Amino acid sequence: MIEIQHLHKSFGKFQALIDVNLLFEQSHCYALIGPNGSGKTTLIKSILRLVIPNSGVIVIDGKPCGSDPEFRRLIGYMPQNPRFPDSMTIGQIIAMMKDVRGDQQPDEELIKNYHIREMSNKKLGALSGGTKQKVNAALAFLFSPKILILDEPTAGLDPLAAEILKEKILLEKQKGKLILITSHILSDLDELASDLVYMQDGKVLLQQNTAILKMETGESSLTKAVASLMKNHDEPSLISNE
Amino acid sequence: MNKMLKYIIADILRTKVMIGYMVLLFVISFVVFASESNASKGVLTMMSIVLFMVPLVSVLFSAIYLYNSAEFIELMLSQPINRSQVWIGMYTGLGLSLIIAFCVGFGVPMLLFASNHGWVLFVSGIFLTACFSGIGLLASVKVRDKARGIGTVLMIWIFFAIIFDGMVLFLSFQLADYPLEKPMMIMSALNPVDLARIFVLLAMNISALLGYTGAVFNAYLGSGLGRLICATVLLGWCILPYWISLKWFKKKDL
Repeated sequence: MIEIQHLHKSFGKFQALIDVNLLFEQSHCYALIGPNGSGKTTLIKSILRLVIPNSGVIVIDGKPCGSDPEFRRLIGYMPQNPRFPDSMTIGQIIAMMKDVRGDQQPDEELIKNYHIREMSNKKLGALSGGTKQKVNAALAFLFSPKILILDEPTAGLDPLAAEILKEKILLEKQKGKLILITSHILSDLDELASDLVYMQDGKVLLQQNTAILKMETGESSLTKAVASLMKNHDEPSLISNE
Repeated sequence: MNKMLKYIIADILRTKVMIGYMVLLFVISFVVFASESNASKGVLTMMSIVLFMVPLVSVLFSAIYLYNSAEFIELMLSQPINRSQVWIGMYTGLGLSLIIAFCVGFGVPMLLFASNHGWVLFVSGIFLTACFSGIGLLASVKVRDKARGIGTVLMIWIFFAIIFDGMVLFLSFQLADYPLEKPMMIMSALNPVDLARIFVLLAMNISALLGYTGAVFNAYLGSGLGRLICATVLLGWCILPYWISLKWFKKKDL
């Protein structure tokens, strides 16, 4: 469970996050959406403490996350643009991650389904964007973390690989994991998300259950519901506090 | 103790730059020592080379390595590892590999040809390596852009290796009417390269080459105490840049 209270972050004069208050619960899958530069990645990075917030509290599993890094053991993170040390091979990086985490039975389902074993001697610098993304996904799911944070998980993946990933995400959700996804591909999110968080200009404008949202907007798909939402985003009636 | 360290050292040893640096130092030291009949002359020639080359290679390599490891650092920091662990791993990994390269490249020829005088230069080379790796860390944590970061460390190196001497000389001429001894000693404490030079020359007792700041050290503190103070301040130079960079790194947004 992640609880965010009064989170502020600015980069110089630019206010990236303004008074963000959110509650993420287990066995929910949250779709974090919003235009480019609305603060989605900053929010995610603040949860991981890769970005240090100016003020505010983030509580993960009852513990406020500060300089003690143990809370990250609960989190599997898939960054937006997979960036790995170029000189390492796939096999080396997987072995290193296992060593660094140093616990648990690794969940190698994605490694198997993406045939990553067969490529383990390839250098990470020589991989295509899509293959890097596969490795990225496999690493995030490797230690069956309670919380999965996926930043644009299907970007760059071919349809088959994206399907494998979506199935994996659904499976983990059923196991009671908390999943937080950002994506611009709303049709992907439609199948996965149970809740929607809409951000704009560093503020959370809406947090709503997707079923209720579709009902309220009278649209059948998430894509259309969000589209009608974006058109009317400045209408205060849509800003609900759940 | 530090899991990071083993991966960092393994990674650094994979780069050919380190081997190149070691071989270059070895060849230069070997040629200089072998062609010089007098061991202390050889040490003096090597001193100018070491004081020039070691800071440059250490600061440049550390900064470039850190810029290239941005991905690795981000990956590690999304694991249950804290920032100081990553940073101390980086510092010790870089420092140790550079020191090992220096020990083999300079230390071996030194032991073969100039074991009586060479050790002071050897020690100051190690000090300089650690100090300038720390400065590389400092620059890379403050300057986000790689090209600007490399420019910054080059400027820092040029300042310490070349401009600083000119400034000291200029000040001593301009203010020749005043008692400058104590300010000069403080001035030289501000430059690790100068300190390393004084450290070597005090030990070798060559007053002709001490220069203004060195002569002041010798006259006021004597060779023994002067060396002790040099070494202490140099040690401070090894710790301080790293310590400040750690403070900054803990607050850095990645």
